[in-house]
Amino acid sequence: MDFTLSDQATAFRSEVKALLANQLTDDMVDAMHETGTFNAPILNAALADAGLLAGAVPGYGNRDPVELYVLFNELEKAGAPYDGLAVTMLVAGVVHALGTEFHRTEVLEKLLTGRHYCCLGYSEPDHGSDVAAVTTRAISEGEDWVIDGQKMWTTMAHESDWVLLLTRTNPDVEKHRGLTMFLVPMDTPGIEVQPVATMATERTNATFYDGVRVDDRWRIGEVDGGWSVMGVALALERGVMGGTNPAVPLLRHVREWAEKAPSPDGGLMIEDPLLRERLARTAIANQVGQLLTLRAAWVAATGGLPGVEGSMAKIYASEAYQEVVGWFQQMAGAEGLLGFGADEAAADGWIDYNARHAPVTTIYGGTTEINRNNIAERHLGLPRVR
Amino acid sequence: MGVSTQTGGGGANLSDLVVVAEEAGAHIAPLPLVDHMVASRLLATFNAAGDDVVSGTAVAGLALRPAVGQVVRSVPSGAVAEVLVALEEDRLVAVRGGAPLESLPNHADLPLAHRSLNGSEVVATGPEAVTAYARAVDEWRTLTGSLLVGAARTAVDLGVAYVTDRHQFGRPVGSFQAVQHGLADLPGLCDGARLLVAKAAWAGDRPGDGIVDVGDNEITDFAVLAAMALIFAGQAAVQATDRSLHYHGGYGFAEEYDIQLYYRKTRGWAQANGDPARECGRLADLLLSDRGTA
Repeated sequence: MDFTLSDQATAFRSEVKALLANQLTDDMVDAMHETGTFNAPILNAALADAGLLAGAVPGYGNRDPVELYVLFNELEKAGAPYDGLAVTMLVAGVVHALGTEFHRTEVLEKLLTGRHYCCLGYSEPDHGSDVAAVTTRAISEGEDWVIDGQKMWTTMAHESDWVLLLTRTNPDVEKHRGLTMFLVPMDTPGIEVQPVATMATERTNATFYDGVRVDDRWRIGEVDGGWSVMGVALALERGVMGGTNPAVPLLRHVREWAEKAPSPDGGLMIEDPLLRERLARTAIANQVGQLLTLRAAWVAATGGLPGVEGSMAKIYASEAYQEVVGWFQQMAGAEGLLGFGADEAAADGWIDYNARHAPVTTIYGGTTEINRNNIAERHLGLPRVR
Repeated sequence: MGVSTQTGGGGANLSDLVVVAEEAGAHIAPLPLVDHMVASRLLATFNAAGDDVVSGTAVAGLALRPAVGQVVRSVPSGAVAEVLVALEEDRLVAVRGGAPLESLPNHADLPLAHRSLNGSEVVATGPEAVTAYARAVDEWRTLTGSLLVGAARTAVDLGVAYVTDRHQFGRPVGSFQAVQHGLADLPGLCDGARLLVAKAAWAGDRPGDGIVDVGDNEITDFAVLAAMALIFAGQAAVQATDRSLHYHGGYGFAEEYDIQLYYRKTRGWAQANGDPARECGRLADLLLSDRGTA
């Protein structure tokens, strides 16, 4: 096995690193936590203007497809706000793989300017993990579709130009066979966005669709073929697009804190053997998370859909993140509870923030349990029981 | 196999040996394969392997800890190593004869024995000897990591086969989600460990020092990756064998089922070189020294 990236991907990574070093500011990071919108328009535009977004769409042009992984891994490691860009690039990947000429012109080309955004409309109030059971209806009326329903966790909906919307077009067949996917422009009459606050500063949304009328050109994939579109979208989401190295910036913050923080036993925390052991274990987890993700990216880059590989990367990285965050928060004692802006907060509040953020990572993009089902059935060959 | 062709070996590099070690681990082959590979490569560095070691007629072994008072304790291949290599202060020494002897009774059925270095010959001295020995222990870490990956892989296979075959409450035990989920955590750990071991071997086959940038998760240094590979593969194999044995129910505890062999062997390999938590402490020293780009 060769663990060297291609010359092209290495050059791409250097460009991304250089751009982040120049453009990512503390103000952008502060703003993401103040506004709850994990998105940095200036950074996105700069990435696009430098030609770095187009390279990150799998199969687009003649770029090394591993560049998608490289882009988001660098953004995640740097602690940049990237959730808005991740969803947008995910949709760009879906459009590139399955979209029509109309979608490419109207959506993909705009997304690659770094100045337009998308959100994901999959989950509903009553349908989360069992996403194939969604009830948001799309009914055909001549050349149009009329959509009614409600979606949850539509993060970035308040900034988005389009929502990738999973709808039910046939309620009379097995649930996976009656779904159709649309790219719905968010300025279509009948769409309402309501904010949902979370325990980790990030804002998400509930979105409501009341008689939303779009023409058939906004359908992506076949009528009643929405589940195969979901397969492409989820494979892109799990593992490849960030989310598997969250403990890299955490380790930096903990280390900086430990080099100054006094230990209750005297000396500095960085001299504490248990803390050092745990820093080492975190560094191992970071490498393993990166390698499992790189493998999923490699599968995607060579034309496969890394469903099982993505599940493995996601389970491992998110579970490990929760474990290490728990260690460091407890080791920081009472100061590990103090948040951004609090006097004496351990790691300026970053430990508290990570401890707040960690619980969602085993939920979004497919829970640990859904991913375990995936591995049990598709990799281990155990009987399907649902 | 792992000795250069110029010295009569097969010319395999560390990445090649990793593949062999994984298969040996998958069958928990009762061979001191890794110890022999590593010790023969170390001896060959100083043109001291000898034809019998290169051809495999004489088994070579490596003491993982420096000698104390001319004795090396709990050497993993101590009962079978006819040529035992050890570090005594800054001297790399080899002692011939003294094996085979009876293994110390042990958890993992490893050919463990304490060995005396009386009558040893000096192979090399000074910084060169110390550096070469440290490199050999890192190769041992990498290849033992691969043994652990192989054993973990088989442990998962055994567990899956058992829960597919075994019926309770009128259906396969493997159709219960509690059991499925316990097993489903394991392939990611095994694959992660395999990738980390492969990366360590890749780094070990490259010339010069690599990068250690823990803040950017950019690590290509052999010593660091070898330490990580053994710690993580040990953790993965301990967990895989633990779950697999558990899902065998009472039969997992019975000698007639192989899973208990894997359970015990992996614990032996994972800690023959010392407490993994202490290895983490050593790894932290390597990581936090920030040597940066070579």
